[in-house]
Amino acid sequence: MIEINKLHKSYDMGSSSLHVLKGINFCVDDGELVAIMGSSGSGKSTLLNILGMLDSADNGTYDLDKIRIENLDENTAAEYRNKFLGFVFQSFNLINYKNALENVALPLYYQGIPRKVRQKTALSFLEKVGLKDWAAHLPSELSGGQKQRVAIARALASKPKVLLADEPTGALDSNTSIEVMALIQQINNEGKTILVVTHEHDIAKMCKRIVHLKDGIIVEDKKIKQNILKNV
Amino acid sequence: MFNIERWKEIFQSIQKNKLRTILSGTTVSLGILIFIVLFGLGEGLKNSYSDLFLRQANNVLFLYPGKTTKPYGGFKTNRRIEFDNSDISDIRNNFSDRIELINPTIRYGDLIRYKLESYDFSIIAVSPSNQYIEGNVLMKGRYINEKDINNKSKVVVIGRIVARDIFKTEEPIGKFINIGSRTYKVVGVFQDLDGDNQESFLYIPYTTRQQILMGSDKVGNISLTFDEKLGGSGALKLENEIKTFLKKKKSIDPSDPSGIRTRNVADELDRSMQFAGALQIIVAFVGIGTLIAGIIGISNIMVFIVKERTKELGVRKALGAKPSEIIKMILTESIFITSISGFLGMALGITFLNTVDKGLQDYFITRPEVGLSTAFFATIVLIIFGVIAGYIPAKRAAKIKPIVALNDE
Repeated sequence: MIEINKLHKSYDMGSSSLHVLKGINFCVDDGELVAIMGSSGSGKSTLLNILGMLDSADNGTYDLDKIRIENLDENTAAEYRNKFLGFVFQSFNLINYKNALENVALPLYYQGIPRKVRQKTALSFLEKVGLKDWAAHLPSELSGGQKQRVAIARALASKPKVLLADEPTGALDSNTSIEVMALIQQINNEGKTILVVTHEHDIAKMCKRIVHLKDGIIVEDKKIKQNILKNV
Repeated sequence: MFNIERWKEIFQSIQKNKLRTILSGTTVSLGILIFIVLFGLGEGLKNSYSDLFLRQANNVLFLYPGKTTKPYGGFKTNRRIEFDNSDISDIRNNFSDRIELINPTIRYGDLIRYKLESYDFSIIAVSPSNQYIEGNVLMKGRYINEKDINNKSKVVVIGRIVARDIFKTEEPIGKFINIGSRTYKVVGVFQDLDGDNQESFLYIPYTTRQQILMGSDKVGNISLTFDEKLGGSGALKLENEIKTFLKKKKSIDPSDPSGIRTRNVADELDRSMQFAGALQIIVAFVGIGTLIAGIIGISNIMVFIVKERTKELGVRKALGAKPSEIIKMILTESIFITSISGFLGMALGITFLNTVDKGLQDYFITRPEVGLSTAFFATIVLIIFGVIAGYIPAKRAAKIKPIVALNDE
């Protein structure tokens, strides 16, 4: 599903430049649940942003579902993000003046899907994350865990090939974290490819594979025995 | 442009962000409202000014005889100059190409009596042309006519104040009043928009006065009207030519400033219109200033709005919004709000001006109004600038990498 080769990325820091990714080679198959680990500054978020086409690499290749991702203009990037990728952020990034249903329906709006269909689809995804009854609530009326589940429903709504989660439990307490991870496991079990960036070992162990990043290179990449959570 | 889905998005954004909407809407409304009110009041001021000066005929030249201050052609200094009937005909003959009406006047005072009461008003012996030159409006009866001049009739036309004081509620037309030792028949009553003072005169035919003065051919002052097409400089030229002509005829030193004096209404009018023009410039200046303040206001708010929405825009981009989609969304929203509130402000301004219309005459403001085209123009200018002001930050926001926008707090 994802294939990257000799990926390099550096940032200009005025006079010097900061080399963040120093040649990453990395493949993800269909249906995997991968944790990308590393301390802060290891380059894990940068890698995820490049995978998410939110940022571009300096060097190296990136194929997503056999499509070469390079030299994207803004419009194509937007289109690919919409079609191929679902994002889950640490800070949820829900639009505060839209209720849960409207937030979930937003990616469908950018696909040009009519309003009625959008709402129906969005509602089915809210149901999937167990928040059907909260459809009309604004984000400010939801708990952290609920917000993240709305965000996951939103990421799934456009039926992406890959779900990218950047510290999805970073802002949640441990019980809620487990709820959210259980949901992620469930979605993964239904066949969705998911990448989770985290610095917490507990969370990483709930995935099927751990990729360890340190100073811009992969130092460890192993399949693990998944810590399967009971569905809450 | 018209995309029902986008409009739904925009309506939601407008509805859910009431403070933002009210803030930017009020700025635009207020800008237009103040512009229109100021502009209207300025117009009102100008109207009052031009009304004041335009009521009288403005193509009028007055000639006054004076005393010489220089000896000339064998005459001593300090000689009193007088006009007579030959001057009237000479002027008429020599300047017939440019002169329209000519009006000799003789002003004097005499005892005015009706029944047992006596009154004190100025009497002026005039020709029929006086009506046009002074801007007298007949209320009743008729004015002095050519027949009166030829017959030297003993008729009098009286001002509104005179009629009110002498006749009270009585009908003045056809009554007889005494001026000095002679009896005159009242044939007309006039009013004059220039005020009570102008309505306190009694006009009799100048030939009648001359006959009373033992067949004198002297006249007091001469007023005349000239072809309006002459314009300011033509009028000045005519004024000087007539002056020179009369000085020569009456053997006055051409450099004597005092033998014959003139007053040119056109010249005065020019000056007052310059003042009105200056007023208009000030009004335009204030109006443009208000508009600029409005433009700056809406620009600031647009920058603030886009800044406030940076994170939201980042989310939208991450979810697949194209940059053009972002720009269109912000622009349509800004056009929508500025248009609605712009035209609202315009309607409010015009309503305000219509409401206060009559109430401001005490403040020297008459008919405060703004041309619909001016109002539309100002509104559209503000809308266009609102769009430009929205476009620049919108474009910048659309260019920000989603990852940067997402990290914006």
